[in-house]
Amino acid sequence: MSMWQRISLIFRSKANKALDRAEDPRETLDYSYQRQLDLLAQVRRGVADVATSRKRVELQVNQLQGQADKLQGQAEQAIKVSREDLAREALTRKSGLTQQIADLKTQQAQLQGEEEKLTLAQQRLSAKVEAFRTRKETIKATYTAAEAQTKINEAMSGIGEEMGDVGMAIQRAEDKTAQMQARAGAIDELIASGALDDQSQLNRGDDIARELESMSSQSEVEAELARLKGGSAPAAIEPGGDILEEETKTPAASETQDPT
Amino acid sequence: MIVRILGEGQYDLSDDAISALNDLDAKVEAAIEAGDDAAFHGALATLLDGVRTAGVPHDADSLDSSDLILPMADASLAEVRDMLDDDGLIPG
Repeated sequence: MSMWQRISLIFRSKANKALDRAEDPRETLDYSYQRQLDLLAQVRRGVADVATSRKRVELQVNQLQGQADKLQGQAEQAIKVSREDLAREALTRKSGLTQQIADLKTQQAQLQGEEEKLTLAQQRLSAKVEAFRTRKETIKATYTAAEAQTKINEAMSGIGEEMGDVGMAIQRAEDKTAQMQARAGAIDELIASGALDDQSQLNRGDDIARELESMSSQSEVEAELARLKGGSAPAAIEPGGDILEEETKTPAASETQDPT
Repeated sequence: MIVRILGEGQYDLSDDAISALNDLDAKVEAAIEAGDDAAFHGALATLLDGVRTAGVPHDADSLDSSDLILPMADASLAEVRDMLDDDGLIPG
C-alpha cells in the first residue's frame, strides 16, 4: 500500500476511535459539535500564544539591536580619538550581538510562519464547523435515528479528519513555540542579569564608555591646567574657554565638523 | 479524488493525475524506508507541488473525507515515520 493510502487509513481509524457513540446517533452530532467548538477555541488560543512569543522575540531583537547600535557609536567615537584598540573591542562585542540578533530574527520568521499556518487552520476549521452545524440540524430534523446513521458517519468522518489535521497543527506549533520560549527565556534572563550587558554596554561595555569619558576628562584636565598656567600670565583672565574648547574636542570635533 | 495535504487543506485531483503522482509517492516512501533525509525532503516537496499544480482546492465548507492524505510540507522524516506507525503522533 502506498504511503498516502496508509496515512489516510490510519488517520481515519484514529478519527473513528475518537467518536463517542451515543445511544441515539443524533446525540453524537451535538457532542461532536461541542468538541469542534472547543477545538476552534483552542486554535484561537494557539494563534494568540504564538503571536505573543513572536512579539517577545521582536522585543529582544530591538533591545539587542539598540545595544549593537550603541557599540557601533562607541567604535566611531573611539576612532575619532584615535583609539583603535577601543574601537576594535567595541566592534568585537558588537559582532557577538549581531550573531545573536540574526539567530533571533530566524526564530521570529519561524514563529511568524507558525502564526500564519494556525490562522489558516482556524479559517479552514471554522468553515467546516459551520458546515457541520447546518448538516447537523438537517439530519436531526429529517431523519429518524436509524436512518440518520449513514449521514452522521459521513459528516463525522469529514469533520474528524479536519479536526485531526488541525489538532496536529496546534501540537506542532506548541512544540516549536515551547522550544523557542525556552531560548527566549534564557535571553531574557541574560539581559536581566546583566550578563549580556557585560558583553555590550553596562558593566564591561561601559569600560569603553568610561575610557572614552576619561580621555575627554583628561583633555579637560589638560585644558584646565593650561588655563591655570596661562592664568599666571597677565593677559589670561578669560582665555580658558578657547583652550578648553580646542583641547576637549581636538581630534573628535574636527572629524564631526568635516561635513560642514 | 480528494487529496489532503496536512496543514494545507484538500485538493480535487483527476484519477489520471493521481496515477501520475503515484510514482512520486513511491519515491517518498522509498526515501523513508532508506532513512535518506535529503531524498525524503526533495521527493516530498516534488510530490506536494505536483498535488498543488494538478489539483484544485476542494470546497472549504464541504464535509467530505479525503481519499489520500499527505504529510505537511515541513514534516521531518521521523514525523512521517511516526504517522505511518499506528501509535503515531496523529491525535485521536
